[in-house]
Amino acid sequence: MAKPKTFSKFRDVQEEITRSGSAIFRDKDGFEALVVRSPYAIEYIHSYAEDSPFFLGLAEGKILGSRCTNAACRFVFATPRSHCMVCGTATQWHPLPNRGKLHSWTTCHFGSEAFLKETPYNLALVEFEGAGSVLLARLKDCTEKDLYVGMPVEARFSDQPRYSITDLWFVPART
Amino acid sequence: MVTGGVTKFAKAHPAMDFRLMVKRAYDYALRDATNLTSDRIDGTRISYFSDHFSRQLKAASMVQDYLGMNPKGSVRIEWGGATGGECFQAAYEAVASGRMDVCLAAGYETMSRVATWKGNEFIALASDTNFDFPLGGFYTGYYALMVVRHVYEYLRLGKFAHVRDEREAQRLAIAEAQRVMSWVSVKNHVNALHNPYAQYPKRVSVDDVLRSEMISYPLTRDQICTMSDGAAVAVLCDEARAKEFTDRPIRVTGVGCGTDTMRLADRPFGKVPLFPHEKAADYERLSYPGVHSFRAGRAAGLEAYRMAGITDPIRQLDFIELHDAYASSEIQTYEDLGLCRYGEGYDFTLTGAPFLKHLDYGLPVPDAGKIPVNPSGGLIACGHPVGATGLMQGVFAFWQLQERIAKHFGDPTLQLEHPQRGAIHSHAGTGSSVTVSILERGY
Ligand SMILES: [Zn+2]
Repeated sequence: MAKPKTFSKFRDVQEEITRSGSAIFRDKDGFEALVVRSPYAIEYIHSYAEDSPFFLGLAEGKILGSRCTNAACRFVFATPRSHCMVCGTATQWHPLPNRGKLHSWTTCHFGSEAFLKETPYNLALVEFEGAGSVLLARLKDCTEKDLYVGMPVEARFSDQPRYSITDLWFVPART
Repeated sequence: MVTGGVTKFAKAHPAMDFRLMVKRAYDYALRDATNLTSDRIDGTRISYFSDHFSRQLKAASMVQDYLGMNPKGSVRIEWGGATGGECFQAAYEAVASGRMDVCLAAGYETMSRVATWKGNEFIALASDTNFDFPLGGFYTGYYALMVVRHVYEYLRLGKFAHVRDEREAQRLAIAEAQRVMSWVSVKNHVNALHNPYAQYPKRVSVDDVLRSEMISYPLTRDQICTMSDGAAVAVLCDEARAKEFTDRPIRVTGVGCGTDTMRLADRPFGKVPLFPHEKAADYERLSYPGVHSFRAGRAAGLEAYRMAGITDPIRQLDFIELHDAYASSEIQTYEDLGLCRYGEGYDFTLTGAPFLKHLDYGLPVPDAGKIPVNPSGGLIACGHPVGATGLMQGVFAFWQLQERIAKHFGDPTLQLEHPQRGAIHSHAGTGSSVTVSILERGY
């Protein structure tokens, strides 16, 4: 067997191990480090547990926030949680309107590896009338130049739900 | 604190694994102390952020045995981006509680083990994997969401309040913020020209920073820290022994830690916890923290300042090593730590107060030297091997206070004039946990 190919640039090592599985990195002192490709993949058995109704709701075209059942509190969470963060009481499901406003936004021109092919994409924090917190979502059918804080947006839902937060997104509201 | 050591932070150290990196920093620290041998160390606190990057669970055990520390006590510390800062405080607590006389804090990260964008994915897994990550989990995107709101609250509704057209006003406000953020990037990159441990020292101009690639609007590449390989260690001990190990011990006089919700979307809208020099009336209109400010940073600052007796941070601190993962978060943190009031971060930057005296930034900085922030170059220019970063800040602050920057950097430029007291600030997630520690000259 031939020894793996030797490189002095780490970038070249990265490329070589993608091709052949191994390479040698020679540092400035002449030390040779053996570098190998080492894949790692996992499938999880993931339960949404107490948050499940939210994800089932998206498949029916509903955004379910949650509202504290303590009469002295009644905090409304736009991103639901089954117990109130303010007072600790159990919450109940609370339908949110399909329209809201941009609390903040960005356009991602790069992203994590899993999302690189989707760039550029917009992220938005959406405010709803009557809710004390906001909801993170994708914002589609618009570009960086259209967006501003306070912009009215409305919800869209996937007709082929994958039971993920990506079943919901927002677009600029039709006036 | 009696000694410390840091490896040069680099894109990759393929010829050293994590154990050897820590060993190099540890040996440096031992050489720089007197009478300090490994038998004098009672135990360790070891930090690294991500099991994904390590791909070795319980990696801290391997650091422990490589350093020959068995069977002494140890525990692994992980707290996101604040991992290194937490490790520093864990070692402090081990000594302050009386459990140990001498404790070694050691941290590392090996981020070169995956490609950059995969690394970003690993980091984004430190956001809610049900509600945040699947949308395009990307920390630069989260920080962009925060700074866009910060700009809205303080520039749109402040300096640009007079502009009638909403979109025009917001564009102008963001352009102004981008310019000021670039000043921070220039400062940190130029400071690092004199720090041989830094990964990305460079002379840049505001225009260079603005022209660097757009990553997540409005943040450009030069306004963001990068992935690194690196290690750092700090040795802390009780007062009785400190003088045995160094003629210039540094006292830890305050520790603080604060937290906030994992999800940005959950940040409630309430009142600002005030520093002594602030008034409730200053913030009547403000919903706090929202997504624009770091309540965890404010809480950490309040706790650490109270313990150290600091009531006027800008006067009582001589410098801060601040967790500038983004130029935006450095400006937001000026406000959290009370260097200026909420809303004044941009103007405060433009006074030059966080810049160093006597350095040429190609910018007018009349107040330079008032409160130098990141004299080392910070994360933006030094790199951010997560588990080592907070300890690196501790070591740089230690050398500053010992007045031995010239010895360790081989260059006296970054040495401040007789600094008495400094702060180190370590920050995790979207501000979900933050530590502040106060270090003072103890000789
Ligand atoms: Zn409640």
